[in-house]
Amino acid sequence: MTEKTIKLGKKKKNTFMDKVKEILPEGGNLNLCLTCGACSSGCPATGLENMDPRKFLRMAALGMDDELTSTPWVWMCTMCQRCIYVCPMKIDIPQLVYNARDTWPRETRPKGILGSCDMALKNESGSAMGTSPDDFTFVVEDVLEEYQEAQPEFKDMQAPIDKQGAEFFLNQNSREPVTEPDEMVPLWKILHLVGANWTYGSKGWGGENYCMFLAEDASWKHLVQQSTDQAHELGCKTFLNTE
Amino acid sequence: MRKSFGDPIAEDLRFVVKSIVGEENFIDMTPNRSNNYCCGGGGGFLQSGYKDERLEYGRLKDEQIQATGADYCIAGCHNCHAQIHELSEHYGGHYPVVHLWSMICLSLGILGPNEREYLGDDLKEVNVFHPETALM
Ligand code: SF4
Ligand code: SF4
Repeated sequence: MTEKTIKLGKKKKNTFMDKVKEILPEGGNLNLCLTCGACSSGCPATGLENMDPRKFLRMAALGMDDELTSTPWVWMCTMCQRCIYVCPMKIDIPQLVYNARDTWPRETRPKGILGSCDMALKNESGSAMGTSPDDFTFVVEDVLEEYQEAQPEFKDMQAPIDKQGAEFFLNQNSREPVTEPDEMVPLWKILHLVGANWTYGSKGWGGENYCMFLAEDASWKHLVQQSTDQAHELGCKTFLNTE
Repeated sequence: MRKSFGDPIAEDLRFVVKSIVGEENFIDMTPNRSNNYCCGGGGGFLQSGYKDERLEYGRLKDEQIQATGADYCIAGCHNCHAQIHELSEHYGGHYPVVHLWSMICLSLGILGPNEREYLGDDLKEVNVFHPETALM
């Protein structure tokens, strides 16, 4: 096995890293690396695609933009931020990764993530499975009614949608209403027992946000806004994110 | 938890879990709290199509969990739940992975027969609320 010699990029005026630095507070500290390797030694993505966070950052510093913006590794770093936690200089490598994702032409990004984002943009639910507000409402009401009857201790339990003036706005991962609706019930029971005044929103109830993972700022913002607008509309005080 | 809210919330969560299962039945993994490893379900990895890499990423998490010898793993979010559940099958640990809400309701005696999808066989029949409503 022969290792290819790494060719250093020519000193470009405005490299990928320069651009990312401009948009991060304190430039994400991207210039301050001591090359200690603490990030890489505790990163579960180290070794995948022959990459690791320190190497990724060094390549950025060396202006190797073509490699950075083409390696699929950017879809394997979960942006978990553990590297920042252990880094003596608090360098924001995940932001570098996020922005590298954003350099991929849209249609070349992983199909699953792209598809889930598009689904969420399809209607006002914001659900990665494309479930409509009507379908969601139907499932919630149907399951609630079933449990109110089957378990009489919970005959007064509620699972409100668009309840004006509720204290808590709760979102919901699409997996439950779509594939395993019974799994929504335990949380409803807990909220009922503690007397929480809560509601789902018919708009923006979807808890997952694959547009964020797609690194598509405008769509990500749209989904968050859709949920928070609905929470404001209903006069809710606290947003409960179940994701 | 670790990423967004840090150690104070991790402590709150430990209080909840210990209250449910009992202090002596809670086993922490190493490293833990803010220093813990991501399981690999986040960041879109689950839908990215890179399955082999995702399972390889999660190997560290699976080893951590298996090292505790715990019978159950509680996951705090959907991505984590789906990923760790798959790790448990893939690496042969076969530990059940459960949502926190299931455990809270189980401890309160209000977990019905159809709300037990992820409980292991050892708990499937324990303290069932309205067992007569089980779907055949
Ligand atoms: S932990 Fe920080 S300083 Fe050390 S190599 Fe990684 S990025 Fe550089
Ligand atoms: S954010 Fe990415 S690079 Fe940093 S530790 Fe997590 S997976 Fe590794």
